Amino acid sequence: MTRAIHRYAGLSAALLLLVLTLSGVALSVVPAWERLQAPATDEGGPSVAALATRVAENYPEVEQIRRAPSGLITAYYFVDGATGAVVIDPATGRGIADYDPSPALRWLKDLHRSLLLGDGGRMAAAAGALAMLALSVSGLLLLARRMGGWRRLFAPARGTLSARLHVEIGRLAMIGLIIAPATAIWMALGTFDILPQETANPPFPGRVSGEMGMSPAAMPALADIPVSDLRSLTFPYAGDATDVFTLTTDRGEGYIDRGTGLMLSWQDAGTWQKVNEFIYLLHTGQGAWAWGLILGLMVLGGPVLAITGAILWWVGRRARPALPGGTVPARRADTVVLVGSEGGSTWGFAATLTEGLMAHRHKVHVAPMSRFAPDSCRQAEQVIVLAATYGDGEAPASARGFIDRLAALKRPPAAKLAVLGFGDRQFPAYCAYAKQVAALAREKGWEMLLELDTVDRQSPQDFARWGRALGEALGHELELAHVPVQPRTHRLTLISRRDYGQEAQAPTAILRFALPRTGLLDRLRGRGWRRFKAGDLLGILPEGSAVARFYSLASSSRDGFVEICVRKHPHGLCSGQLFELGIGDEIEAFIRPNPEFRPARNRKPVILIGAGTGIGPLAGFARANRRRRPMHLYFGIRHPDSDFLYGREIADWQGQGRLSAVRLATSRSGQAAYVQDLLRADGAQLAGMIRNGAQILVCGGRDMAAGVAQALQEVLAPHGLEPALLKAEGRYLEDVY
Amino acid sequence: MRSILATLALTTALVVPGALAAKPVTLTTTLKNYRGPGAYLVLYVTDANDAYKGTLWMAGGKSKYYKHLGNWFRATGGDPAQISGITGASVGAGRTLELTFDLSDALFDAGYRLHIDAAVEDFRDSPNDVVIPLTSANGGKPVAGRRYVASFTFQ
Repeated sequence: MTRAIHRYAGLSAALLLLVLTLSGVALSVVPAWERLQAPATDEGGPSVAALATRVAENYPEVEQIRRAPSGLITAYYFVDGATGAVVIDPATGRGIADYDPSPALRWLKDLHRSLLLGDGGRMAAAAGALAMLALSVSGLLLLARRMGGWRRLFAPARGTLSARLHVEIGRLAMIGLIIAPATAIWMALGTFDILPQETANPPFPGRVSGEMGMSPAAMPALADIPVSDLRSLTFPYAGDATDVFTLTTDRGEGYIDRGTGLMLSWQDAGTWQKVNEFIYLLHTGQGAWAWGLILGLMVLGGPVLAITGAILWWVGRRARPALPGGTVPARRADTVVLVGSEGGSTWGFAATLTEGLMAHRHKVHVAPMSRFAPDSCRQAEQVIVLAATYGDGEAPASARGFIDRLAALKRPPAAKLAVLGFGDRQFPAYCAYAKQVAALAREKGWEMLLELDTVDRQSPQDFARWGRALGEALGHELELAHVPVQPRTHRLTLISRRDYGQEAQAPTAILRFALPRTGLLDRLRGRGWRRFKAGDLLGILPEGSAVARFYSLASSSRDGFVEICVRKHPHGLCSGQLFELGIGDEIEAFIRPNPEFRPARNRKPVILIGAGTGIGPLAGFARANRRRRPMHLYFGIRHPDSDFLYGREIADWQGQGRLSAVRLATSRSGQAAYVQDLLRADGAQLAGMIRNGAQILVCGGRDMAAGVAQALQEVLAPHGLEPALLKAEGRYLEDVY
Repeated sequence: MRSILATLALTTALVVPGALAAKPVTLTTTLKNYRGPGAYLVLYVTDANDAYKGTLWMAGGKSKYYKHLGNWFRATGGDPAQISGITGASVGAGRTLELTFDLSDALFDAGYRLHIDAAVEDFRDSPNDVVIPLTSANGGKPVAGRRYVASFTFQ
């Protein structure tokens, strides 16, 4: 619901808000600029009495002296039948320059308040402010959800560039983006008389002294009021004995006798007036120029949020595929597929599953988890739940209410249940929601068709593996070839290869490909070979398969080639084909960014830990370490003679200062050791570096990563550090396969 | 040129009992081109001692600005009943407001005076911008206002 509000308010009001925010930002500079223009009055300046006398001396026909919130003092006078206005220097009472409010400024103000359209425009502007407030508040709620709680609101942002910008700028600007529209709505309500607009209205004095001619300097009522409190002083009409001075200050308004100088009647500014004026100050910055500038800066984030928000929406739309035709209503289905998706990608998996099941003549019904209704699925034999996780283990958008409905069941459904979770092992709460669902189902006594399984980072291999297990349970084959929306592939040519590990029966190769040539036309249409950095992934489509296999990149586009480390798996389709490649042969590949797995952009030391082909991205980082920040490499291999990948380069990099220290762990020679043993040996030094802000990057197999995590836990615990906390801060990153 | 043809009966205050003769009178107010936002104008009638009698027309919709029409505001306290049904939009700089009323003959040549208060946002207020006695002799004679009104005529 929150997401829907955010999406539709944003899309529908984007243009209007662009006009309102940009005009508002332009106006926010005005109070500061006016302040610069106003001649300074110090606190111990003249009183209103002195000022009025001086002005009256210089302009005998003065009608009104006004002081703007910025401190600018103007006098309006009448000479030879013509009216005039001047800016007054408070020290001398003399006019500095003619007062000519800029028509451009007035136009801008009209644009901002009413889109130059009068009352209808004012209503449109108010509606825009309402939309902006809805956007800001819903955005704040969504942000808290996405970051995993209010306490993590300022944790590092993750994701693509658009997503990161949207989050970062949203966080900086949220206060301004809430205050500006809220105050605007308040003022609009006042303008349309929905909120009271009281101002001080002293009763007009019934009787005046009838005397004339007292100089303002002598008036007791004016003597004690400093100019900084003054708002306006209106002079009586010349020759009219019954007319009075009208004084308006910050405190209220009153009438002063022109003959005796006494205050005849006074009324203090009421509470509503003070509140309204404060709201006005909050919105315009008039009288608080610094706040005006700050608010303007924050509101300037609005257009950026609009643009990145539109991009995110568009990209999200394209990622949501359609379900195949031929699904049946719930009551006739023998298989019910329930989908809990946040970004739409899980629907793609559901589509693949549905197709696969229908090919084996199942009658499938697909629905979001939020529409779970066991009573309507009488004929169902199995229920398959595909559940992504949101934030810190919360239900994804299309699964709202599922847990409650499941908990309220009195009897478990007759159909058997299979739960498949989708998540990212980099996040602490991996598939937490799916696990919660499975646990609750088990509590309810719901019979399970399959044990809970998970898919890491939308891996088609994980999904296919689960599909085969599902097929077994259902009694037939089930090959699920999920094809996520694939970017275009390019042909890469092999330019060099180095082979290792033949002796140790673990053939490994470093393959180097040339950067593909992309024509100008392709690049303009956005179909060029994208720029990549070490740590990103190369997706390779082996011949005969539509499912990509991913390898971590060991080079950056800056290096001028595409390099990966491949280990030959006995039954691996892709690795087998790669190993057959000769110089000049070609493959089909594309880049998938992996912006999380990268050294942070600072000068803190980096600890690189890898084993076997995991050295790939780590070597890429070392190669790209132009700024010579301290990098400590822990590399685990079997035997230095057989599979010391990058042996020569590592020595070179150490000599050049790109690597500060290299520790090699050999498991089948000399002192048999694994990487985790080296970590334990260097425990104190590592703990010291980490306390000073160092970062850890781990790349390798699952078992190695687990061993490393264990070792680091042991090493850091006595120093009060915890790998889980480092992970949350983004200082402990893993690329694990 | 904005023209409003309004055959309005006057508020009770302005209807002199026993008056049967009334004739349509056109009031034309032209503003100077003072290069600013639209002006709020109020046209009202006082007697010879400047005691308020009644309002003819209020040009300007937002009641929060009425206090800037100082003389009128002081006399009426901003009472909305005084202007109920006789309100219109504010008048832009350089524009003309034309109003036609059926005014009782008893209003003329009896010492009554017509006032126009004017106010412009962010500019100086101008109460009694125009004060003109309602006499047949003054009919048709354009008179200039103090500040914002370039000329005012009643016919």
